[in-house]
Amino acid sequence: MPSTYVLNMNDCLGNNPIACGKCAEACEQNAINYDDHDEILTREIGAIIVAIGLDVYDPTEMDEYGYTRFDNVITSMEFERLICAGGPTAGHFVRPSDQERPKRIGFVQCVGSRNPKIGRPYCSNICCMNTIKDTLLLADHYPDVQNTVFYQDIRASGKSFEDMFQRSKEAGTRYIRGLPGEVEEDPETHNLTVTVENTTSGSLERHELDILVLSVGVQPPKDLAKISSLLTLSKTSDGFFMESHPKLKPVDAPTRGVFFAGFCEAPKDIKDSVCQAGASASRAGALLNTGRIQIEAITSRIDEQACMKCGQCAAVCPYGAINWKKGEVAVVVEAACAGCGACGATCQFDAITMRHFTDDQLIAQVRALLELEPQDKVVVFACNWCSYAGADMAGISRIQYPASNRVVRTMCSARVSEEMVLEAFRCGAPVVLVSGCHYADCHYINANRQTAKRMQRLWDKLEKAGVRPERLQLEWISAAEGQKFAEVMRQMEELRKTVTMEEIEHTRHALQPKHKKIPEKKTATAGAR
Amino acid sequence: MVAPKPLEDEIRIGVFVCDCGLNIAGAVDCAAVTVFAKALPGVVCAVRNKYTCADPGQNEIKDAIRAHKLNRVVVASCTPRQHEPTFRQCVREAGLNPYLMEMANLREHCSWVHPGNREGATRKAMDLVASAAARARFLQPQQELSVPVTKRALVIGGGVAGIEASLQLADAGHKVVLVEKQPSIGGIMAQLDKTYPTMDCSI
Repeated sequence: MPSTYVLNMNDCLGNNPIACGKCAEACEQNAINYDDHDEILTREIGAIIVAIGLDVYDPTEMDEYGYTRFDNVITSMEFERLICAGGPTAGHFVRPSDQERPKRIGFVQCVGSRNPKIGRPYCSNICCMNTIKDTLLLADHYPDVQNTVFYQDIRASGKSFEDMFQRSKEAGTRYIRGLPGEVEEDPETHNLTVTVENTTSGSLERHELDILVLSVGVQPPKDLAKISSLLTLSKTSDGFFMESHPKLKPVDAPTRGVFFAGFCEAPKDIKDSVCQAGASASRAGALLNTGRIQIEAITSRIDEQACMKCGQCAAVCPYGAINWKKGEVAVVVEAACAGCGACGATCQFDAITMRHFTDDQLIAQVRALLELEPQDKVVVFACNWCSYAGADMAGISRIQYPASNRVVRTMCSARVSEEMVLEAFRCGAPVVLVSGCHYADCHYINANRQTAKRMQRLWDKLEKAGVRPERLQLEWISAAEGQKFAEVMRQMEELRKTVTMEEIEHTRHALQPKHKKIPEKKTATAGAR
Repeated sequence: MVAPKPLEDEIRIGVFVCDCGLNIAGAVDCAAVTVFAKALPGVVCAVRNKYTCADPGQNEIKDAIRAHKLNRVVVASCTPRQHEPTFRQCVREAGLNPYLMEMANLREHCSWVHPGNREGATRKAMDLVASAAARARFLQPQQELSVPVTKRALVIGGGVAGIEASLQLADAGHKVVLVEKQPSIGGIMAQLDKTYPTMDCSI
């Protein structure tokens, strides 16, 4: 690949000064342009389909199979080149050590899949069927081969897959349940001996082979993190992209207007990739056809009269959506505002209203939650995109945890102001948890850095007031981490049990506001004069 | 300039507690939660439904909005991440601004995670409803900004999924920009010889 010629720019001598230029002379179509160069193109778009695929697992770290030590241990991708009529051997299957045709061919399944020890617990989905296909190809090309497949489970659940598996067995392929523990090479013949525990018979077996094919798994592509932060997407625990809902919105990303197709969402074969691509195109097409979309009314508004022109809101806005010049009132560009609320929580002068997530609304929630028996409760501020969704995931997975937590949803953890946390303590909360997305996953670029800074200030404040700072906790919990959410809730419950009634009473008084707010003071003075 | 809208004279909240079959009612005493909700400040009616998201449930909300002149609605059911659009649309159809609807998550955050603790789950459910109702008192109607959609799609990745998605979008008459980092499209599939289950070549 590719099927057309490409200049390898690292090696090309070019023709300036005329060092070579032979290819340009030879090309009758005048298709070669040495002056072509990388350029940045800007296009406006209304929908994005992410189809960045996969990387193939590199088995170097699994040294027991000897991939780097023995010539005749190859990967399933290398097998594809050796059996391909367009490949280096013109489709004649030979082994690397002596270019002879191997007759005893082994396949090891789950190399880099379903192996928690190397951090790859998931099934790669395609390797069982790919090996079955390879055994059928070999049996078809060379009736005298002996194929042996070492496996844990054969997963052949797609349409007509079981039929292929049976045909492979009928063609003489031996399926041995058990993964090899060791591979040795005869230095003279370069033949391989595989030691395996046959878990069906319970016996230790040794198999001599001419070549061993490692049926390698797949992994999320290297570029996934880059695309993920560019489009504020999330990952599931296996590292692939997280969809909006596992059953009902399987091709939508949580970010509106972004859709997934193919392997990058989860391991899947060609047919399923084609199906998902169709679904994704249909979803994107529906969006493009609407003509206009509504933006959720959760954006920031600045009260010109209350604004003290300090510019702090503009400094924390991750989108640059607040225009401010020294000495002037800050102005929100509504179309650019995503509604995280970092500005609203930062403004010290009550000049910013987050529509639909106002201070009044959130404080009212805190007070209502703590009205009765606050000492039994843990107040949890959870961001919509990660922690709240992580709590949803715990629910969907039916993971149990103590019933003491009370969640208040904000769009971003950066919306949680000092006042909201302090009010929770004043109302008698033994423990307050602020939770948001992991740094790289923040749905609002990096607004949750403001959360971390604010928490630091709050811890200092609590300590000065004689309140144990650990009663205010900060955790990053992603939308996929239902397990972690439950675990954190158990920890919070343990922490809550350490807080005494005396401590709670002390906190109520220690955190009472001592001074009126600055602007009110100024107005009062001005009024008196 | 932001002028806070004057609060209406009287806040009239309707609370709709959903059993979700046994999904919620199996772990939470929904009857007790409904009685509790009725006594909350500003609540003028509290109704228990078997499935609030189903047509009969939604119709009950719409009827109650008209019958009780509700100006705020609290739906105590599942996560807003799933059904907030459903219930916003429901109250809109009954003439309320969709932002005057608030949800309490009694399923994902309560009944599903506390199945063996009916007392604790019911107490928590009551608190979540109280919190939603308290928030509802401060909700204001909001107008959404409408923006045009640029009629062009970007497909990132030129493997089989990216190619197929691009072709289908283009067949439907949309402009598509396909981006591929390699010199050629085709991706991993193009590196395979034969592919299952048809055993024919990949390109």
